[in-house]
Amino acid sequence: MPGIQAQNISKRWGALAAVDDVSFDAGPGQVFGILGPDGAGKTTLFRILTTLLLPDSGQAAVDDLDVRRDFRKIRSRVGYMPGRFSLYQDLTVEENLNFYASVFGTTIAENYHLIKDIYQQIEPFRDRRAGALSGGMKQKLALSCALIHKPAVLFLDEPTTGVDAVSRRELWEMLLKLRDQGLCIAVSTPYMDEAAMCDRVALMMQGRFMALDTPASITRGFKHRLLAIRGDRMPALLRELRALPGVLACHAFGDSHHVTVADDLDVAALARTLAESGHKGVEIAPVAPGIEDCFMALARDGGEAK
Amino acid sequence: MRQFFAFVAKEFRHIFRDRLTTAILLGLPILMLFLFGFAITTEVKNIRLAVYAPAPDDATRAIVDRLAANDYFILSRTLADPSQIQDVFARGEVGLAVVFSENFQEEMLHTGAAQVELIADGTDPNTAKTLVNYAQNIIAGYQQELLRDASVPFLIIPEVKLLYNPSMKGAYNFVPGVMGMILLLVCAMMTSISIAREKETGTMEVLLVSPVRPLQIILAKTVPYFVISVIDLATILLMAVYVLGVPIAGSLALLIGTALIYIFMSLALGILISSIANTQSTALLISGMAMMLPVIMLSGMIFPIETMPWPLQWLSQAVPAKWFIAAVRKIMIRGLDFESVRKELAVLSGMAVFLIAASLKRHRTRLE
Repeated sequence: MPGIQAQNISKRWGALAAVDDVSFDAGPGQVFGILGPDGAGKTTLFRILTTLLLPDSGQAAVDDLDVRRDFRKIRSRVGYMPGRFSLYQDLTVEENLNFYASVFGTTIAENYHLIKDIYQQIEPFRDRRAGALSGGMKQKLALSCALIHKPAVLFLDEPTTGVDAVSRRELWEMLLKLRDQGLCIAVSTPYMDEAAMCDRVALMMQGRFMALDTPASITRGFKHRLLAIRGDRMPALLRELRALPGVLACHAFGDSHHVTVADDLDVAALARTLAESGHKGVEIAPVAPGIEDCFMALARDGGEAK
Repeated sequence: MRQFFAFVAKEFRHIFRDRLTTAILLGLPILMLFLFGFAITTEVKNIRLAVYAPAPDDATRAIVDRLAANDYFILSRTLADPSQIQDVFARGEVGLAVVFSENFQEEMLHTGAAQVELIADGTDPNTAKTLVNYAQNIIAGYQQELLRDASVPFLIIPEVKLLYNPSMKGAYNFVPGVMGMILLLVCAMMTSISIAREKETGTMEVLLVSPVRPLQIILAKTVPYFVISVIDLATILLMAVYVLGVPIAGSLALLIGTALIYIFMSLALGILISSIANTQSTALLISGMAMMLPVIMLSGMIFPIETMPWPLQWLSQAVPAKWFIAAVRKIMIRGLDFESVRKELAVLSGMAVFLIAASLKRHRTRLE
């Protein structure tokens, strides 16, 4: 099957397991998201799949080609956007695109239709040096460069890091369009809210996949009661909640705290306790868990398991 | 092939977009030749002279006239009192003081023991020695003239002739040195920095995940610096001949051939350095410390290798520039043929082959 197949991939840096027994499949027309904090091993995993690093153990195939044996063939069939902005800052937008087109043995004219939607947005600036572009425009240029040779699989390592909210949304719209054209896209991100855009996501921490499923199934797997609690003095409220019996975990989450509580906790009693300790305007409501809640829970359980 | 040309075009763009770098790369040989040719010179010229003659007579006047008539000295002070000698040196007004004894001419003619004292500033011993030598020669010349008049039967007059460089021009020494330095700088340092830059900015990562072979990337990097070093070589040779008046005594083809071997060796060295250095600053440091210093100190460009202690002499054998400069001196200044530079060319070629092999062995198709 084309796309990506990884089986039991491991890679160690000395004593540190950067990637620890990771397996997954991603087919064409699918966006596979890898979510995890910095240092989770996302970049190492991407570098193994793009043939930049050899795995210590395990098997991986990209577009039906083995990452060890057929690395040359893979290199002409994948598009790769590393985490750092990796275009030539002193070359213009058009020169960058032209250069990458010739590197892959094609021309802008030949494959213009592939990048039209994206490139059109930065085409007015084609004579501007890439170093003078905004973060969002840089990523659009990088994406254009990664797509110019019509890759079968696209690897994007944290494409939305350091990009403003509007450009982030635009970038995701483009990725979904590319997916609908049949591309297999692997994307890593530290932003949990982007999980909803992916067809399947893996939650990665300390080199391991803690969960691997559709975003909906992952949130369904959250087994605890979750409350959103708001108050006048949020930092004090967080400290106090963490100390209360019956509270399993508590995290700041936007404008409220997401509190995981024991199933038999009495919400009315909790409200009374908080009022007695002088908190005003306390609002407590049950809330549906998101990916971030699941990640926190899994990270906590993983920590306890150790 | 189209890929390769796209790469080379990109490298030229990188260089020419950076105006300062372009100016330095193309202007450096001109600047260095001017500096060494006219500013930083070890030749001694126009030294101010102070004279103290307690009783001026024909002999002292004749000697002073001869000193002052020479290019090396300018008569600047005639002192009235020996105590002034300290002062004029302390104020840096003169470089050499000539002090005659009393009754100089009389003693010279009658007792044969006239005394003249030469006082020089010893803070810079080399210059002081040169000055004193010049002055001694001039005084000795005067003495010989007197003796000839007196028709003394035995007289040995040494006639000194400096082979290959009759006018003792410093340019004969530093032109080969500047060539050795500039070519190494452009080829090794700039190539290593430009490859390290691709690693540092992450573009190397993208290039590796492409059908382009790493060897092709590296070779494309060397093309522009090869072209620039050839331009620099031409600049240096033209300036040497037409501005500094250093003729090319030997075969021009042999000289260019030698330079090409040295250029290839330097490019390979640059590639090897870039395989060790992951950032531009590391590349700069390695090429600066590990290459420029030995070239300046151990190549014979400034300090003669023959007078170094043996560990340094031994170390200098490993400095490619030493062999290059030696070969260029033989071909360009002494006009020798291929036979006499065989050893130098063999060593340089050996180094080039070794470095090319080592850098190819070290270049990788993956990140680690």
